[in-house]
Amino acid sequence: MNANPLGGLLRRLDFPWRPPAVPRSAPAGRVPATLGTDFDTAWARRWPARMVRAAIIELLWRPVVAAAAQPTRLGLDRLAPLDGEPAIFAANHHSHLDTPLLMTSIPEPWRHTLIVAAAADYFFPTRTKGAASALFMGAVPVERSRVGRDSAAEVSDLVRRGWSLLLYPEGGRSTDGWGQPFRGGAAYLAHRCDVPVVPVYLAGTRRILPKGRLLPAPGRTLVVFGDPVRPDPSERIRALGARIEAAVAAVADETTTDWWQARQRVHAGATPALTGPDAASWRRAWALSHRSKPRTRRWPR
Amino acid sequence: MSPRTASATPRPGFVLEVERSTPPILFHHGEGFRLERLPAGRSRVIYPPSPLEGLPDPSGAIRHALEHPIDSEPLPALLRPGMRLTIAFDDISLPLPPMARPDVRQQVIETVLDMAAAAGVDDVHLIAALALHRRMTEAELRHAVGDRVYDAFAPSRRLYNHDAEDPDGMVLLGTTDHGEEVQISRRAAHSDLVVYVNINLVAMDGGWKSTATGLSGYQGLRHHHNVATMLKSRSFMDQANSELHRSNWRQGAVLAESGPRVFQIETTLNNNSFGTSGSLSMLQKREWEWTARDRATFLAMQGGLSVLSPAARRRAFQSWRAPYALTSVQAGEVSAVHKVTTENVFRQQLVAVEGQTDVLTMGLPYICPYNVNSIMNPILVMCLGLGYFFNLYRGRPLVRPGGAVIMTHPTPWEFHPVHHPSYIDFFEQVLADTTDPAEIEARYELRYATDEWYRHLYRTSYAYHGVHPFYMWYWGAHALSYLGRVIVVGGDRAAVRRMGFAPASSLSDAFEIASDTVGDRPSVTHLHLPPFVMADVS
Repeated sequence: MNANPLGGLLRRLDFPWRPPAVPRSAPAGRVPATLGTDFDTAWARRWPARMVRAAIIELLWRPVVAAAAQPTRLGLDRLAPLDGEPAIFAANHHSHLDTPLLMTSIPEPWRHTLIVAAAADYFFPTRTKGAASALFMGAVPVERSRVGRDSAAEVSDLVRRGWSLLLYPEGGRSTDGWGQPFRGGAAYLAHRCDVPVVPVYLAGTRRILPKGRLLPAPGRTLVVFGDPVRPDPSERIRALGARIEAAVAAVADETTTDWWQARQRVHAGATPALTGPDAASWRRAWALSHRSKPRTRRWPR
Repeated sequence: MSPRTASATPRPGFVLEVERSTPPILFHHGEGFRLERLPAGRSRVIYPPSPLEGLPDPSGAIRHALEHPIDSEPLPALLRPGMRLTIAFDDISLPLPPMARPDVRQQVIETVLDMAAAAGVDDVHLIAALALHRRMTEAELRHAVGDRVYDAFAPSRRLYNHDAEDPDGMVLLGTTDHGEEVQISRRAAHSDLVVYVNINLVAMDGGWKSTATGLSGYQGLRHHHNVATMLKSRSFMDQANSELHRSNWRQGAVLAESGPRVFQIETTLNNNSFGTSGSLSMLQKREWEWTARDRATFLAMQGGLSVLSPAARRRAFQSWRAPYALTSVQAGEVSAVHKVTTENVFRQQLVAVEGQTDVLTMGLPYICPYNVNSIMNPILVMCLGLGYFFNLYRGRPLVRPGGAVIMTHPTPWEFHPVHHPSYIDFFEQVLADTTDPAEIEARYELRYATDEWYRHLYRTSYAYHGVHPFYMWYWGAHALSYLGRVIVVGGDRAAVRRMGFAPASSLSDAFEIASDTVGDRPSVTHLHLPPFVMADVS
């Protein structure tokens, strides 16, 4: 039984009602040069579009996020040392709600100079969807199936020009609630642009809008910012990537216990991985159900 | 290694000679302001230096200070598994106004804890070293140490307020060669290492005063929080001439010999109390540099304040968080660290001033160390004016012996019943009888200090200790014995008279009242603060 009639209807509106998706195996000549990673998003970073996007963030995303996600935002004080310099925000990824949640959580001055690294194949397959992604999210297309030199060059050029970047190093939304291994994009860009990476941990968005669902079921979410990770010029990109993943994992660990225990586990090399136990799916689901912060006495405040 | 300090030189302090063309001068007036014209040709205004540049990488500087301390092994070398570590930190009285998040204490404590976690230290307690001040609320503790540290330690009762009246929580470490008892928190005394996290806002703060006072109780404090010590501290902002500091240092010597090892971390902030841009920035500009926008903002603010109730004004002012920046951080052996810290405080605050004056004027702001999130009652007005501001000198007082001090403040006959219960009785009972500090000390102090009800409120509510108003009065003892007149402009007449001062409705009235002491054409010096400035009087 289809629990979501609207979603079912939209899915039935297939080609020719919807534009065709370009198969990845198709010859290069078939891909229009204005879509995918070639989609031109420069207009979305000019002032008129930025003003529209600022209004969208404040008038659309903020009330939607407040109603659907009821976020608790922690660790914003950790951004103070950046003193407004451009940064890469690297977050775990569970849901389409993550981007609006982060766009309303990342503070000024980064919020309105933020671009979002979005999968070229998913967000820029058509002109309409690409334009909407660029306008509503400040999305720029990146290739997620392989290391795309062109898109990486464009993004790094933007970061060098003062834009901050929101990026999901897992490359896509989680399918089972656990994280996926980080890819090297965040580390590569941080190293190339010499900008800090802010690890961000998101919790709760999967319960509200998991992969495959169209309408959100309101709930509570948590956004935790970690200490910025600065690239060391002599460091290998792979090592920097490991540091970024470990930083997000450490922030995640804070939310399940507390900051002090998380720091003790960091130094003992015992921080739980974001990817969860290497076990059968039911055991992973079982373990996930335990991954919630114990209740602490908060009275009297 | 030398400690990290910010390198840029700010615009230095300045002494303005008042002429006929000098614009009216800003006077703080509690939760409001006055613009006053000072007599031309015989007045001068002491302006603080501009804020120093903050350290470019505060976190890196803190870590560097802990790894390269002064006259001590690096902090990581002092940490080991199985040890008892106590981290004590300055309470709500510092800095003023409270600092915008993240508070520097949070930044330092997180770095210390991170090193402790790396070393495998499990037994860690954090204590707000508040001596006989009121306990900090959860919100205030969260602001000071940050949510992460609070959530990790407070629920398991490993982060708490110091309780100087806990019969099982205090120990006597010994006695100095002057007969001063040294009392300290039991947890700190029985720790393998005490790390003290300090904010040095003025030169009085820090050094052995941090532990010998902050973690002590009445038994230890009475040896230097008394009239005789205050009369011999000229000033208590100048360590070399401060009996208050000499006494604390003697107690520190006993602590060093018989107590736990102390690793002192001291920080200094710039004097960016109201921001270099924004709605209150004009308060730290020189009046002739106010832009049209500054003037419009000031007028709008004055208009807005005039229609607000006193409580609403108080809430508005108390919500201000200062955008201070860290200008130095140094760690290690207490005395050696404090020497460097004091230099950094002076680097920000000291202004050379030539000669004394007949009349010293000062505008008292809405806040002092003892009314954060609270009411500035008349005793605190006296303490701020004659205790703190009068003593902001090195060398000689700004005002000549027998001169006059004119302060502006509403001085309401109003007390916070939760925070200052013993102040109410002190004002109604003690000051109605006498204002002489020595007589007050001899006749009333012990009764208030040992009163069970005040003790109960100090321990379980959010009340200052019963003896605290006495200390506030003693803080002004030197000024009271030194000055010929104290006049309060715009204050509640009854409250001002209760303290033995003269009320005046305007500054010109105040000069008129002062004329019987200093003559018709006195020289006038105005101390333009906050932000803090300290006069180096030649």
